[in-house]
Amino acid sequence: MSDNGQANTPRPGPPLWLLAELTYECPLHCPYCSNPVNLGSREQECDTDTWLKVLSDAREMGAVQLGFSGGEPLLRKDLEQLVAHASGLGYYTNLITSGIGLTEKRIAALREAGLDHIQLSFQAANADANDLIGNKRHSFEQKLKVAKLVKQYEYPMVLNFCLTAQNIHQIEEVMALCCELEGDYVELATVQYYGWAYLNRDHLLPSHAQLIEAEAKVNAFRDQQQGKGPHFIFVTPDYYEDRPKACMNGWGTTFLTVAPDGSALPCHSAKILPLTFPNVKEKSVRDIWFDDFSFNHFRGTDWMQGPCKTCDEKDLDFGGCRCQAYMLTGDMYKTDPVCSKSPQHHLMAEAAAKSQTPERELVYRDPKVKIPVTEI
Amino acid sequence: MSELATKVPKLNRLFKFQFEKAQDCYVLLFPEGMIKLNDSASAILLQVDGNKTVAGIIAALEADFPDAEGIEEDVFAFFEHAEQKRWINYV
Repeated sequence: MSDNGQANTPRPGPPLWLLAELTYECPLHCPYCSNPVNLGSREQECDTDTWLKVLSDAREMGAVQLGFSGGEPLLRKDLEQLVAHASGLGYYTNLITSGIGLTEKRIAALREAGLDHIQLSFQAANADANDLIGNKRHSFEQKLKVAKLVKQYEYPMVLNFCLTAQNIHQIEEVMALCCELEGDYVELATVQYYGWAYLNRDHLLPSHAQLIEAEAKVNAFRDQQQGKGPHFIFVTPDYYEDRPKACMNGWGTTFLTVAPDGSALPCHSAKILPLTFPNVKEKSVRDIWFDDFSFNHFRGTDWMQGPCKTCDEKDLDFGGCRCQAYMLTGDMYKTDPVCSKSPQHHLMAEAAAKSQTPERELVYRDPKVKIPVTEI
Repeated sequence: MSELATKVPKLNRLFKFQFEKAQDCYVLLFPEGMIKLNDSASAILLQVDGNKTVAGIIAALEADFPDAEGIEEDVFAFFEHAEQKRWINYV
């Protein structure tokens, strides 16, 4: 047993990827949001000095990719200051935004601060569907303007579309729009079911047939691109797989998320687990990463039970996603039920079947306003 | 080959080239990703400034590393790979 409480697990390398979730507040209210259902309040958010120190400490350890995310990170007035600090430290800085509130003045200031890349989300390929999914009028129009500004200011532009049963039928229009906007990379990400998306899963999970059709259309589109235009990345949901994803490239190996309230997490969803996570307001990033009980808990393979424990693929997928195991089976130590070797693999087919006839109403991230999904 | 020698490579604006202390090597950074580079790729990219031709880069490397063999082949092979990966484009 080493002094960090974990047997036979080598000391991990540094976190390479730091996700700074600056605020959970967001002008959009997408039902597929991966933020926790309990969003907390803005009073609990880290102040500027706390963020500056987190950025410095993680960079010192070797973190190199930095995502400013949320919620909507533009709602933080200190964003430009944080970007300037991060850029000075040598991070590659990514702004992950809805685009709402990204004025020309701010895009220029962020350029000046050294921001490297902007990832802009869209909810659909046209205004009606886009504004309905995000539950915000004129948001599509604003996003189009922002996309033009991103190009005008010569940022690399990644366009992100979260695909669900609400918009997956638009896949060809989505790809055409991405070409028109001159995106460099496009993430066509079928939603993973965490946070609000898990709550709304029965409304959002596409059928297997829809998914196969969408993937075929993406492949056909790529074939006629002849190396030109955006690079399309299609991310499939794991609900129809029979091997789990190597979640976060392995727990506590690569990714560090700091939530708005300062909670340090091995992934943005981990707060739901019955573990106590440390806070950057109370503990240094170095102590958290190397020595905190929660970060060491699922490192390596010693924590595993059957069938993972004796599986010859355990070093490839690390037993899949701990959050998914917990959400679907109630036990965070179990094999991710996506795996066909899991005794609970039948849960995936049951979820897929149930998704075609949702019993509950769709819940928007802002529970005060509800629009039935059937209007799309 | 001779056509490539007269071209002027520059780094694609999607990529950022820098030394990473924690990795102890040069890397290419791009949206949400990182590629670690070996010594020879790093030495070549250090010469890419948007002004020098490929032939100029070969000459500079031969001056810097007089004992190294096969620099020309290495440089040509690197640029073919780098163009295919979109790391560079030509001015």
